[in-house]
Amino acid sequence: MQPRRAHHPYLMLAPTALVLSLFVVYPLGLALKNSFFAWDLLTPPRWVGLGNYAEILASGELWGAAARTLVYSAIVVVFSVSFGLGLAVALNRRGAVYAFVRGAVFSAYVVSWVAVALLWMWILDADGGLLSSMFRGLGVRPLNWLGDPGIALITLAFVSVWKITGYSMVIFLAGLQDIPPSLLEAAALDGAGPLRRFVHVTWPLLRPSAAFVATTSLILSFQAFDVVRVMTQGGPVKSTTIFVYAIYEHVFQNLRVGRASALTVVFFLLLLGLTGLQLWAFRVTAVQKRAT
Amino acid sequence: MIAEKGEGLRLALSRSALVLVAALWLGPYAWMTLTSLKTLPEIVRAPAYPLPAAVQFGAYREVFAAVPVGRYFLNTLVMAVAIALLQIALALPAGYALAKLHFVGRSRAFALILACLLVPAQVTFVPVFTLLGTLGLVNTFAALILPFGVSALGTFLVRQALLSVPDEIIEAARMDGASELRIIYGLLAPMIRPTLAALFLFSFVFHYNDYFWPLVMTTDDDVRTLPLAVALLREQGTGVRWHIVMAGNVILSLPVLAVFAVAQRHILRAVTARV
Repeated sequence: MQPRRAHHPYLMLAPTALVLSLFVVYPLGLALKNSFFAWDLLTPPRWVGLGNYAEILASGELWGAAARTLVYSAIVVVFSVSFGLGLAVALNRRGAVYAFVRGAVFSAYVVSWVAVALLWMWILDADGGLLSSMFRGLGVRPLNWLGDPGIALITLAFVSVWKITGYSMVIFLAGLQDIPPSLLEAAALDGAGPLRRFVHVTWPLLRPSAAFVATTSLILSFQAFDVVRVMTQGGPVKSTTIFVYAIYEHVFQNLRVGRASALTVVFFLLLLGLTGLQLWAFRVTAVQKRAT
Repeated sequence: MIAEKGEGLRLALSRSALVLVAALWLGPYAWMTLTSLKTLPEIVRAPAYPLPAAVQFGAYREVFAAVPVGRYFLNTLVMAVAIALLQIALALPAGYALAKLHFVGRSRAFALILACLLVPAQVTFVPVFTLLGTLGLVNTFAALILPFGVSALGTFLVRQALLSVPDEIIEAARMDGASELRIIYGLLAPMIRPTLAALFLFSFVFHYNDYFWPLVMTTDDDVRTLPLAVALLREQGTGVRWHIVMAGNVILSLPVLAVFAVAQRHILRAVTARV
């Protein structure tokens, strides 16, 4: 349709453009600029060129944060996507009981990260926690889930898996709805058992959903913060200082805006790379879908 | 009827999944609620014993005594509702222009808005914090609300919904002399109510729960939100009193779970939307 006046569409987009440029585009530029300065928020910023980048590289901070984020995200994605797929297939049935259980799994995704983190801190509590007590009841020495630098990050990852498995489950359920029942019936008539039906009919058709959910959860888990802030504050001995928490710590505890900004710039580039990966995964699965 | 091959196995698999899922997902909620009904001596004496001796609401009273729950809850509601409404108010004209009007640069504008999906709050918080600091807006509702005034996902959803509205309806309204604003908010908005409901609920739940942004943008009780208060229950206690923390957890989670129970369908619409 033609707009009534030529300038109308631009007026309609103006508020959106204003908010996005003020809170997305301009801050990106500002982060880049700040990354070339040393600034403690109290005294005027001082130009240091690439000094902040050299610092985060030389101190090993960048690699540490990147490696920890990668480990955390890998665990979260692999387990939440496979559990989500399993639950979607198992719970894709009619009936109030199934609907209730699906709702229960998804409810964890809807509840605040704060509530989930605090709840699991109590369950994992070394002294009185439910899990540790169950271990002792079975005569096994419980691990120090959150206090051991070797396992704290893994613990956080599994708490996150608990929280977001419902998300992949609902994406897979939506994908399952799109599979024509006639295809599965035809396969069953041909004598294919449930396992073969899954491998040869269901899974190929779910692959686009899998690509979608895997890449979106990867990008989201890269941005994790709340679970770290509430459960471990980056410790013990930095073992759970993942990217966003490292940035947060620099600004709000060390008052180092410059270094935080350098980390932010690198973090943003990483997210861009992951989005590239996402677009590539969509293209590949779309091609496969057409081929099948 | 001939039993389908493998049906028994599938049923058995589904049943065992049900039991496992119930234990894994409902168990922790039950544990949270049960703990919140206990008293301190009970927790110290037998922390893992499941049932409280008697239902006690002392932990809830202590939460209300420790933090201004009402104030924080009101702040959270004001913030989350304002963000959701603002997103809808801005997404409607933008979505209308992108879906219905021809103008130079339309596809580029749409691509640019979607590109903003790539920049999460975790990337912008440091520069926005310094920006709002210079403007003196830290610790205000403006700092909590305005940065989320536009939802790229919301603009996308509104545009998609408006694409399926026939042009004739808009032309007829124009003939009747309705202004463009009236067409957008008075005519089209009610027509895509399901999309707007999904957007509202999704946004409301997200920002009600949000811990990150209020944490970095506020230090003041007057504008702090409920998730911050509940997280503080654990930090400030001398010796952690888990029954109080769990009571705070229940207070924080119940409203969202209630919204979810009533409007699950709408929330799922927004969550499963694909850009």
